[in-house]
Amino acid sequence: MKEFLEGSHAIAEVIKNVRPGVISAYPITPQTHIVEDLAQIVANGELESQFVNVESEHSAASVVLGASATGVRVYTATSSQGLFYMQEVVFNIAGMRLPVVMTCANRAISAPINIWNDQQDSLSLRDAGWIQIYAEDNQEAVDFHLLAYRLAEDKRVMLPVMVCMDGFILTHGMETTDMPEQEKVDKFLPVYKPLYKLDPADPMSMGLLADPDYYMEARFAIQETMRESLGILTEISKEFNNIFNRDYGDLLVEEYEVKGADKVIVAMGSVCGTIKEVIDEQRAKGKKVGLLRIITYRPFPYARVYEALKDVAKVAVLDKAVSLGAYAPIAVEMKAAFFGKKKGPKVISSFVAGLGGRDITLETIHEVFRRLSTKEVNSDFIDLKPELLKEEYGD
Amino acid sequence: MFGPLVVRPKNSKGDKTGSWRTQVRPHYLHKNCIACRMCLIVCPEGCVHGKEKNAFWADYNFCKGCGVCADICPKKDIAMVSEESKGEEK
Repeated sequence: MKEFLEGSHAIAEVIKNVRPGVISAYPITPQTHIVEDLAQIVANGELESQFVNVESEHSAASVVLGASATGVRVYTATSSQGLFYMQEVVFNIAGMRLPVVMTCANRAISAPINIWNDQQDSLSLRDAGWIQIYAEDNQEAVDFHLLAYRLAEDKRVMLPVMVCMDGFILTHGMETTDMPEQEKVDKFLPVYKPLYKLDPADPMSMGLLADPDYYMEARFAIQETMRESLGILTEISKEFNNIFNRDYGDLLVEEYEVKGADKVIVAMGSVCGTIKEVIDEQRAKGKKVGLLRIITYRPFPYARVYEALKDVAKVAVLDKAVSLGAYAPIAVEMKAAFFGKKKGPKVISSFVAGLGGRDITLETIHEVFRRLSTKEVNSDFIDLKPELLKEEYGD
Repeated sequence: MFGPLVVRPKNSKGDKTGSWRTQVRPHYLHKNCIACRMCLIVCPEGCVHGKEKNAFWADYNFCKGCGVCADICPKKDIAMVSEESKGEEK
């Protein structure tokens, strides 16, 4: 049923449909409304679930790790510093192959402290062993949570999934959202039956010491599973379309006017809405421009990206995060996708914009196209204010 | 694909960690033992075995040579000896 909802509320409502047995989270802007609403839903008796109040994100992640290990479906959500505080447990969840689903309401990282949106938090945890999918709008954010549970709990996958949605832009944005019906959710997402669980009647341990004789195989298995997940994502996306009638293609990338384009922007998340507007405007004027939206960042769909962009002349990668001292997080993957290949763009330039919530406007996107020339650039910041870079300290 | 993930009880027994031992190991003298079992109780590896007087022994497949057993023995019937020295190998 179509409803006009705030992004956070829509997420809380879809999590209610997913019926997790245990929810644990610590409030942090801009994730707060999601877990506030869920706490209310549980308190109202609309969802039979144990909502565990904790004193920190480290504990929230530990609670869902422990609960998931006992074989129950779990949910948590966080942002920014909260995600970083969880980091140790985040890696453990993946290493123990627990199908935890988390919402990351993307927000900038301290210092300086900043509560607004960019994607530095989740991108910094790209090596954690979590599958990461990025929503463009609230409808996707809602649907991706269903896909995330289905994927995480797939017997071939058994890896945690992080659904990333831009803080404020999506979490606090109002949008008409087609909310999934309970019976359809139940059809798509059957009751979770764990492959292994902590059970006093059949004791076992998870995540114990693996010395040099055992450790590498545990890591290799995740790497292989990540690779295999690319195909499973696509398979699950098709099943989702059959039940809910919303088509996310292969769930890896979205090609928007890429065919026949000679300049393409690569980006991820809500900024793609703004970029599509510029593409439409430019296409109407006969300019051959397009957008390749990355939906799944981990595992990274290298082959899919190669196929999409192998005949494009110039590519601008727009990151809302930086890898200080190196290429930005999406840009480095784009470079890798074409390294040593016969075909591919002559120029792959890397741009950084929208850090700490600085608005990415239509003009920002025009500027990206203007700076996309034959001269390749690395982590070129857009919309910088030079007057703020004149501070001097000391003698 | 799954790698080593779940550990069933007691299967770490296959992982013989005695090679990590420091340069000394406990040598049970079997002279004045009163079977008080203190060496067995305090062993952090749980690798001391025995029931009768003068019949306790440490399993060198797991013993780390910490010396806690020798320290607590009220009869000083356990000596810490260097790895090179010959001793009872049970």
